[in-house]
Amino acid sequence: MDKFTGKVWVLGDDIDTDIIIPTEYLALKTVEDMAPYAFSPLRPELASKIKPGDIIVAGKNFGCGSSREQAPEIIKTLGVKCVIAKSFARIFFRNSINNGLLLIESGQLHDVVTEGDKVTVTINKCIEHNGNEYPIAALPQNLVDIINAGGLVKAMRKLNGLD
Amino acid sequence: MGMTIAEKIIAAAAGVESVKPGDIHTVELDRLMSNDGTTHLTIDMYNNLKKPHIADVNKLVWIVDHNVPCDSVKTAASHKKMRDFAKANGIKFYEGAGVCHQVMMENHVTSGELIFGADSHTCAYGAVGAFGTGVGCTDYLYAMVTGHSWLLVPETLRFNLTGKLNKGVTARDLILTIIGQIGANGANYMAMEFGGEGLKTLNMSDRISICNLCVEAGAKTALMEVDDITIGYLKEHGRKPKHSFKSDDDAKFAKVYDIDLATIKPIVAKPHFVDSVVDAKECVGIHIDEAFLGSCNNGRIEDLRAGAAIIKGKKVHPLVRFLVVPASAAVYKQALDEGIIDTFMEAGAIVMNPNCSVCWGSCQGVIGENEVLISTGTRNFKGRAGHKDSFVYLASSETVTASAIKGEIATADMV
Repeated sequence: MDKFTGKVWVLGDDIDTDIIIPTEYLALKTVEDMAPYAFSPLRPELASKIKPGDIIVAGKNFGCGSSREQAPEIIKTLGVKCVIAKSFARIFFRNSINNGLLLIESGQLHDVVTEGDKVTVTINKCIEHNGNEYPIAALPQNLVDIINAGGLVKAMRKLNGLD
Repeated sequence: MGMTIAEKIIAAAAGVESVKPGDIHTVELDRLMSNDGTTHLTIDMYNNLKKPHIADVNKLVWIVDHNVPCDSVKTAASHKKMRDFAKANGIKFYEGAGVCHQVMMENHVTSGELIFGADSHTCAYGAVGAFGTGVGCTDYLYAMVTGHSWLLVPETLRFNLTGKLNKGVTARDLILTIIGQIGANGANYMAMEFGGEGLKTLNMSDRISICNLCVEAGAKTALMEVDDITIGYLKEHGRKPKHSFKSDDDAKFAKVYDIDLATIKPIVAKPHFVDSVVDAKECVGIHIDEAFLGSCNNGRIEDLRAGAAIIKGKKVHPLVRFLVVPASAAVYKQALDEGIIDTFMEAGAIVMNPNCSVCWGSCQGVIGENEVLISTGTRNFKGRAGHKDSFVYLASSETVTASAIKGEIATADMV
């Protein structure tokens, strides 16, 4: 996962957990059942258009609101490689790592990117877009291990030799 | 180097002398609250562990409040899973007793504790000076199995309160004003701490209302100084503080805000963001279809009294559904004793059992396409209360009740 390129979907500021997965779909049995309704209050077509490996780019405070862990799970289920935002809400940030969804903070990318563009992410180094490089912060190795394992529970199972 | 309340609680829970913002510590948790929003997911993960066990079952409190009573077969299955697991493992379990945070405040939380809740509004516990913070079900599971977790020590925003709220202005107007000022991520990753002479004019219900909403500014936790009102509240509920912390004189704050309570006015948060606040007068006349008085933010006896005083002898507008939902069974019983439920029913309100109700857009009172709700709930996100194309305005108990009477947004002085 050191370096990857993906097509970008662009969202705005304050994308809340009720946008990511509205309450009425939380009663569905699995996150796979819920995934088609991701982002539906804002962009009903989006979940069906996202392809594995795509990247979501958003403004500030992505994931604000509820502690519902289905939110990062569903984004991951859609195959989204990572979310790049100006900032993330803190509960969502922890939940994402715990579910193996990579989050990257970038104060600049959102201002210059257009939906459909391609960006290349080099972990712990930078994002490349249209020939420009935007530096990103390094992730501690233990968090990289959790994300690579697919989440905290899977990482613990791996650590204990169960998987 | 002095410490803030948040730093002192983390230091105590980590068993170290001092901590500073940015440090990461392993902390012992005092309590672990979970509700029917996500507990079924926690149980699924728990059952998938090699040697599942609970570190200290006495720390766990499980509360069915989001969809109670059940509205579907799917929900019934999820509740049954939670109920059966709680029974089999001896976990303290409530169902129908009220909204989780109100039940926790009435029965469990005390000053100086460090509490994880699998619900974002767990920061409400700061009203008695407890460090409550919302987590997802994986973090919850880890704490349930090990008894501890890791926490990054947050920076603290300090709010010095002076003066007194004017008549018709509430603690909810205060916190909505603050969220409007600092923004929906203005306290992201941070603690919000409240103190000063003005705090002494706010009762426990006011304090819960303020702390509860701090997550809408992104806060990790909210904390209030422990004083005579805190000690009185705990005593009334048969509890004593674990610690009674105040920030040291030389504690370091990321920013200090001085707020004169007398300057606060009735506020409305417009769709679809909690920080989209305006003077309530700017919204007067906006048509509404439904009004909601309830939630962990404003379903306490003080809120019901405020609403009843306004609606007594008047009627709910014929085209409005006015939902009144006491935050707990204890509040409901008190309201019955005081004749408040009679007042609401005579006015034509729909009085319901304690639960999260339309605040989270499930189970009861969901609104349809293009409908407008005025609410004392916690959030007004797009689609939060029902249809994706519906609209939620947030306001105080007083403004919500006045609006239910007028059929359009109105303040208490207009009815």
